[in-house]
Amino acid sequence: MEFVWFIFLPALAALFIPTLFRRVAGIHTGWFVLIIPVVLFVYYSTYLPLTASGEHAVSSFDWIPSLGISFVSYLDGLSLLFTLLITGIGALVVLYSIFYLDRHKEKLGNFYVYLLLFMTAMLGVVQSDNVISLYLFWELTSISSFLLIGYWYTRDGSRFGALKSMMITVGGGLMMLGGFVILGILGDTYSIRELISRLSDYSGDPLFTLAAVLLLLGAFTKSAQFPFYIWLPDAMEAPTPVSAYLHSATMVKAGLYLVARFTPIFAESSVWIWLVSGIGLLTLMWGSFFAVKQTDLKGILAFSTVSQLGLIMSLLGAGAIAYHSDDTLFRLAMFAAIFHLVNHAVFKGSLFMIAGIVDHETGTRDIRKLGGLMSVMPISFTVAFIGGLSMAGIPPFGGFLSKELFLESMVALKHFELFNFDTWGILFPVIAWLASVFTFVYSFYFVFKTFTGEKKFDKLPLKPHEAPIGMLISPIILAVSVIALFFIPNVVGKWLVAPAVMAAQPQLYSLPSEAAVHVQAWHGFEYIPMWLTAGVIAIGALLFTSIKKWQPVYGLQPEKLSLNALYDSAMTFSEKGMNKLSRFYMNGLIRTYLLYMFAFFSVMTIVVLFAKGAFKLDMSSLSPITLFAVMNAIVAILGTGMVIMSKNRISAIIALGAVGYSVALFFVLFKAPDLALTQLVIETISVALFLLAFRHLPALKTHGETKQNKLVNGIIAIGVGLSVTLVALSAHSNKLVSSISQYYKDTVYTEAGGGNIVNVILVDYRGFDTLFEIAVLSIAGIAVLGMIKLRLSRKESDDEKE
Amino acid sequence: MELLMAIVAGILFTAAIYLILSRSLIKVILGTGLLSHGAHLFILTMGGLGGSAPPVLIDGVTEFADPLPQALILTAIVISFGVTAFILVLAYRTYAVHKTDDLNSMKGNDEHD
Repeated sequence: MEFVWFIFLPALAALFIPTLFRRVAGIHTGWFVLIIPVVLFVYYSTYLPLTASGEHAVSSFDWIPSLGISFVSYLDGLSLLFTLLITGIGALVVLYSIFYLDRHKEKLGNFYVYLLLFMTAMLGVVQSDNVISLYLFWELTSISSFLLIGYWYTRDGSRFGALKSMMITVGGGLMMLGGFVILGILGDTYSIRELISRLSDYSGDPLFTLAAVLLLLGAFTKSAQFPFYIWLPDAMEAPTPVSAYLHSATMVKAGLYLVARFTPIFAESSVWIWLVSGIGLLTLMWGSFFAVKQTDLKGILAFSTVSQLGLIMSLLGAGAIAYHSDDTLFRLAMFAAIFHLVNHAVFKGSLFMIAGIVDHETGTRDIRKLGGLMSVMPISFTVAFIGGLSMAGIPPFGGFLSKELFLESMVALKHFELFNFDTWGILFPVIAWLASVFTFVYSFYFVFKTFTGEKKFDKLPLKPHEAPIGMLISPIILAVSVIALFFIPNVVGKWLVAPAVMAAQPQLYSLPSEAAVHVQAWHGFEYIPMWLTAGVIAIGALLFTSIKKWQPVYGLQPEKLSLNALYDSAMTFSEKGMNKLSRFYMNGLIRTYLLYMFAFFSVMTIVVLFAKGAFKLDMSSLSPITLFAVMNAIVAILGTGMVIMSKNRISAIIALGAVGYSVALFFVLFKAPDLALTQLVIETISVALFLLAFRHLPALKTHGETKQNKLVNGIIAIGVGLSVTLVALSAHSNKLVSSISQYYKDTVYTEAGGGNIVNVILVDYRGFDTLFEIAVLSIAGIAVLGMIKLRLSRKESDDEKE
Repeated sequence: MELLMAIVAGILFTAAIYLILSRSLIKVILGTGLLSHGAHLFILTMGGLGGSAPPVLIDGVTEFADPLPQALILTAIVISFGVTAFILVLAYRTYAVHKTDDLNSMKGNDEHD
């Protein structure tokens, strides 16, 4: 069994969802959907022993072999960890959504199709070994995220948020594709594993750093790093199950996955290390600081997610340092990153679900209106308390352990001596500690402002009560996991984290057990992070109790200087600018478009003629000039001049007729009797037709054309005329292939039994041509009749009667 | 001879394009008339003008003009007549509806974009 197909299982199942939704109205569609992530979770869990021993499993399917593009399911510790998160959290979220989304009011068919599509896309991202298919799935996650954010598409906010996330993440994705292509060219392969093994061939290339930066742009936009994070708060317009799933537990972690996956390749680049750890730390600080400003419950969680993603990102950057130093101190960072990633997925998922429950049961998410819910929603409060304290980094919850590991890694950074870290390294622990203080503050702000304090139930849109038990199952499971993570961290470390660390740093370890760090809650009094944590709690508690006094500081930032304002004005500018630009050259006048075409035609013809040396004038092949021809040519040219110069219609038509007759005379001179006859007849009818029609048309007018206008037209006209002359001469002088004419001449009597070769060609050799010519004429005739007879509107026929 | 005819064809094209680029619908129609004349001479010139007899099989005549361009032009003459008739009536109709032959005032308006 090729397990690569399991990636597509959710998308395949999505095909049946709309039918199920419409046909089986009695059962919530979510129950059918739930089967998929549960089955996948169980199936993928069977690979745990394999990856825990440091092995991996591969299953692949050639998609476009000629271009080296294939679907690969590559399961090592890192992919499997993400896979289990996607399917595990996915199952809990689907279960939660069954109670969150009403089956009578919501378009569940759409919702679950998008969700399943996302599941496939996300599994594809984390399992692909081929960077091109990785990119494909990556963009698919952006698209399904767009659809899910815009799920309530009648709301302005949803559409705005959906578009914003799409613009930013897809833009970053395109940058990433550029990075992939550069890597593919440098390493001559699109397989990540092969890129790692061939690293020494191309790591010195100047494009290597560019590839690193492009790749990071993809990762930073997806993982909502500064300054791209602005899409994430707006994405909170999505239904809460989506926020819990995509925008905290899985999709936003795709960027972290990417950075971890490519660490073995880019770790030696100092640009990579600085960007990943620096931007990560900046995002951590920025997000935690601004989280306290938010008044929307989900807004707080969005900024907290941004901040936590920054934390993990900075740890990944520190993890790359392990390649430059033998000191085991730096090996801690990657383990801490992965461990915190697991912790975050678990506690943030539960917090989002609680925010959804509060919204569902009270009708608002505005923290200013909420308060004292603890007495009516005790279970929700307990879950929020556990999740919030884990986020704040307080024992006995899982977040405490990874937070201490994080602080320890950051403290270690000041001992690193390469890449100017000896000067700036001290900033890392300082900023990390400050951000931890704010993390503590917003965690408490979220939990205690909502559930404790003054009861203001009369101001709430709904009368609050505890959520139904079905809705509470998922958050309770997550809360229990939060506690479990504190008590059995080393089991998780052995089975999930260490294999993932080994996959992210394959050159450093040969067995997962070497990568494992023994996690413990108590290290003794000499342990610096413990004192840091104590400081965080003390200062954090102080700040939290005095929050009312210093919160107005956020009002100081002018709205116009925010990143959101920058995004908005960039969008308006590009929209208006592009509109102006297109209007400038697409002015709606056919004449202008013809101008472009003629100008392009003549310039290209003349340039190509001379650039390719195609122009040739063979004087020997020219036939002698006769006096008749010269006189006739003079007539034709004079007539042409008159058509242009003429101020009245009659003379212009007569002049046109004169040109036509002179052309007929040319046909006589050049031994083409059939043409001459036809031309004479046609020209006579044409002139009559012109005279007839012009009776109904106005006099010749210039309509205010300027001299400048005419000059441009004249230059382009001369250009076209010149290129025609040159092409005619070159075509006459260059006979590259023998003409088919000889065949006609030879066979006209034996094959077709005719003497007049022109006639035989028309009715015999090219009979179909003539048939279609007749068809064209009849169509033109019908059109002419139609246009004369047709009355377009009553108003027009009234006009004609007058 | 070919040189002369190539120049004549070039002049016809020049005049035709100049008229087609003008703002008056009537001039555009006159321009298309000249354009087809120019195109016919262009095709004929490319094939060579040195034929000593019409392309008709007669005993004793072995050298005659190239029949292929002639066949092409014959088709083209008839088609260009059809096109001329069509656009003349189109112009008549346009003028009847819009009361102008100024192409600038006939451009589509932005509301339909």
